[in-house]
Amino acid sequence: MTYIGQPVKRVDGYDKVTGKATYAAEFNVPELTYGYVVSGTITKGTILAIDERAARAVPGVIEIFTHTNRPHTAWFDMNYKDLDAPPGSPFRPLRDDQINYNGQPVVLVVADTFEAARYAASLITISYDEVLHQTDLQDHLAEARDPKTGLATLLKPLPPKPRGNADAALAAAPVSISTHHVHGPQHHNPMELFSTTVDYGKEDNSGKPYLTIYDKTQGAYNSQLYVAQIFNLPFSHVRVISPYVGGGFGSGLRPQYQLFLAVMAAKALKRSVRVTLTREQMFTFGHRPQTVQNVSLGATPDGTLTAVKHDATAATSQFEDYTETVVNWTGVLYDVPNTTLTYKITPLDMYTPLDMRAPGGVTGDHAIETAMDALAYELGMDPVELRLKNYSEKDWTQDDKPFSSKELRACFEQGAERFGWKDRLHEPRSMRRGSTLVGWGMATGIWDANRLAARAEAVLTVNGKLRVSSATADIGTGTYTVMTQIAADTLGMSIDDVLFKLGDTDMPLAPFQGGSLTASTVGSAVKQVCDDLGKALLKIARKAPKSSFKGADWEGVVFADGYMRLKKDPTVALSMLEIIALNGGRAVTETATSMPNPQKTGKYSRHAHSAAFVEVEIDEDLGTVTVTRAVSTIAAGQILNPRTARSQIIGGMVWGISHALQEDSKMDHRYGRFMNHNLAEYHMPVCADIHDLDVIFVEEHDEIVNPLGVKGLGEIGLVAMPAAIANAVFHATGKRIYDLPITLDRVLY
Amino acid sequence: MHPFTYTRPGSSAEAVDELQAEPMAKFIGGGTNLIDLMKENVEHPTRLIDVNRLPLGGIVELPDGSLRLGANVTNAETAYNELVKERYPLLSQTILAGASPQLRNVATNGGNLFQRTRCYYFYDTAMPCNKRNPGSGCAAIGGYNRIHAILGTADENPKTACIATYPSDMAVALAALEAVVQVTGPTGDRSVPFADFHRLPGNEPQRDNTLQTGELVTSIDLPAKGFAQYYTYLKLRDRASYAFALVSVAVGLDVADDQITDARIALGGVAHKPWRIPEAEQLLVGKAATPANFQLASDRLLASAKGYGHNTFKIDLAKRAIIRALGVASKTFL
Repeated sequence: MTYIGQPVKRVDGYDKVTGKATYAAEFNVPELTYGYVVSGTITKGTILAIDERAARAVPGVIEIFTHTNRPHTAWFDMNYKDLDAPPGSPFRPLRDDQINYNGQPVVLVVADTFEAARYAASLITISYDEVLHQTDLQDHLAEARDPKTGLATLLKPLPPKPRGNADAALAAAPVSISTHHVHGPQHHNPMELFSTTVDYGKEDNSGKPYLTIYDKTQGAYNSQLYVAQIFNLPFSHVRVISPYVGGGFGSGLRPQYQLFLAVMAAKALKRSVRVTLTREQMFTFGHRPQTVQNVSLGATPDGTLTAVKHDATAATSQFEDYTETVVNWTGVLYDVPNTTLTYKITPLDMYTPLDMRAPGGVTGDHAIETAMDALAYELGMDPVELRLKNYSEKDWTQDDKPFSSKELRACFEQGAERFGWKDRLHEPRSMRRGSTLVGWGMATGIWDANRLAARAEAVLTVNGKLRVSSATADIGTGTYTVMTQIAADTLGMSIDDVLFKLGDTDMPLAPFQGGSLTASTVGSAVKQVCDDLGKALLKIARKAPKSSFKGADWEGVVFADGYMRLKKDPTVALSMLEIIALNGGRAVTETATSMPNPQKTGKYSRHAHSAAFVEVEIDEDLGTVTVTRAVSTIAAGQILNPRTARSQIIGGMVWGISHALQEDSKMDHRYGRFMNHNLAEYHMPVCADIHDLDVIFVEEHDEIVNPLGVKGLGEIGLVAMPAAIANAVFHATGKRIYDLPITLDRVLY
Repeated sequence: MHPFTYTRPGSSAEAVDELQAEPMAKFIGGGTNLIDLMKENVEHPTRLIDVNRLPLGGIVELPDGSLRLGANVTNAETAYNELVKERYPLLSQTILAGASPQLRNVATNGGNLFQRTRCYYFYDTAMPCNKRNPGSGCAAIGGYNRIHAILGTADENPKTACIATYPSDMAVALAALEAVVQVTGPTGDRSVPFADFHRLPGNEPQRDNTLQTGELVTSIDLPAKGFAQYYTYLKLRDRASYAFALVSVAVGLDVADDQITDARIALGGVAHKPWRIPEAEQLLVGKAATPANFQLASDRLLASAKGYGHNTFKIDLAKRAIIRALGVASKTFL
């Protein structure tokens, strides 16, 4: 292998930093019109009237769409279900006069300039009949119920059945602790605003248009499916293109309402339309839900866990049952005979939550891993020791399956070594620098190592270059780069001769980019299609007259340095161009479908693991917390590219700092409206908040998860950080703060 | 954005005339706040009168020993000016605690005085706000008010109530330094002591300052006394940079023979204007720089403070910040 495992630079890096990379709102098409969304201002009720007279008088305004004049779209809920839709009835923009949540889109103004549309939108006045709403989870915990299950819950399983008797074991436990955790909602806030540019193409004989749609999405096929079903268009008429995504973090897993509105307007007006949301409107769709959690742990004096209870209640909308896996991780990490894990949801008058980086994982991990820290202190035990004492060797939540690989122990050892954990003084408030309190905390992290099916195409072009494609996405993760590496290595080519393309429904099907699946899923497809292409090339070589490859089988050849060679005699070789020549100067194309093998993988519990070690400094008089350094050790199988991998983990660690100390979507429940809906007041770290971050990838071999032995890295860098930070805050101050974010007032009061 | 015209007058007098003729017009300097507010549909000036090319630049020493900061000098130029750094390091430090380098490179000293509040409800046109829409009510009272005022608020009459804060960092140092704002206007030139420049909400929360229509800031003059030896600006916020102050404190001291001989303390993030109480400062004069004496001053400064729920913690936090800032400025906190 030449490239896999090497710190190859991002193949798309130059285009991104020079502005050549084109995003959804940057595709310019002729005679484009611009849509601007008017957002509703009440949380629940009915629209009485929309006064659009002043807006219609603005020069350049083409049409104003409301629920009263919107074009007809599909009737059934089923048509509105995208591939990530939770059970329920998906939100339909401009459906009727009913308001279901604050910020709901209620009008689309289309004009021939953006400014005209924006100005006209500001002149529209709407009157409502408002009814009482409920948005505060803490006031409605008693209404929590079991969620409905559906397609989206397949990858996000609900809790396992209780085992043993946790209550009795807790009561009998010599040592026990209980914790209570409240997390506020958070919004993804990728830098790129949600945008859709619809290029209205020619119409077929029945008048149905061909649409080319540039959409901000983590899955081009998901947007295509959504549009085709709602607007009654054949798939052949809907091409979705999304080569670059300016951050997703889960927000692009479902089509957002600008896609619906842009297509609706384009189809009605027979014009090309672009709709871009505002930053404020980025707070008017999916978000990480509020949660309330309780953890109780019981143990014997030597630290052996005897009882675990972990329950979570999360908010969802009134129209869909969004779920995420919050409590199951506790069971996977700790194999305790008396365990009860429960998860319930409470419908509230807000938009349906949406997967946000490490959905559920970071939520549940913060609860169980701060509870474990509290137990360690109750026992007078080192927090790492307590985790080693209760290290699970099998996954009881999945019928006691063994782990496909689990190098978590190495994470603890190498992380502790690098961090200098042995120099830690156990007592809280025992470490200082001058008058500043110093705290050291750690936590375990865990995430899934899943794989789905995907397709890919590989073409050896007439120039002897390799072009590989799959309709996946690159939301900044490094997909372009690692897929190029896999393809180059598989066919022994220089990376400069390989081009990987993605984000286009004209390419072979791939799932959306989410859940840390892409390296595993699409990587396997790329490997397979390149192998298939290699076999096709061998076949061509064998068929040539007087071929030295006659009789050679797949095991007998090797691809290296741009040549196909015989293993037994490497001087017998054909360059890619020579093979093209043997093929009559024609390109060679292969398409492959790569499927996981459930018979093999299903026997194992498959997870990535991590350990985070964090140092904080706290000014006790002023309450300020600074994460001065952190070490994350990651066990995630084969690392395809240490440069992009490290970048992903560091991004996750920064997010962890954000999650623990800063991020919080603040709702005024009187109005049901998020109030800090801009990047000045929705805080996430700036460079000055980030100090020394260190990443270690421990060696881990996994032949089960997929042919490449890779586990995704999208979430695992985040999961353990908030708990480790909270534990460090306790170590520094002696004060347990179980709610997030840990702002200075929570430290002081 | 509402349509507007844009003009670039050739002189301050022309600028003043233009604004007088069209009261819904606004002067624009760096535009770092105004353009935002126009995009958010909060401000709808009918005309932008660009004052950037007026001869209001330069940082010059005046005969009486004061230093004149031109209204059009950027915040960055001011903070990094050698005279400012040497004689008014408190001002340099304070400016650099605000915004981001990009914003400071564009924002002007004159414009900085006209920043508007960051109150969530002021920014959100769907919400009631007496400052944005007089008479509509104050949604911050009883709402989410973490960043709101605890001093000098107006909360009795719902039609005029306002608990907004004034967000500038620079102004907090200017208050402590007792700067003088030079303005020109329809009735000629006048000097406004900094303490009289901004105002409390009172019955007119829509008015941030005491200028009359058409008046234009031409410079900010810093009196000779710069507290260049004993000073600090302490800013507490929810992240390390690029966040407005929850509480900030600008302190300038004179210290001789272990005794404080002069003291200035101005607070930011707690009121509708930089907050000073001269009697609180006097409590320190002639006293030793000790935490107990600092406590007396901080208690006096916060004596009339009132919390509104989410921001109640700021009362005690402000006291802690004052004590720390006095300790740092007097070099007794190490």
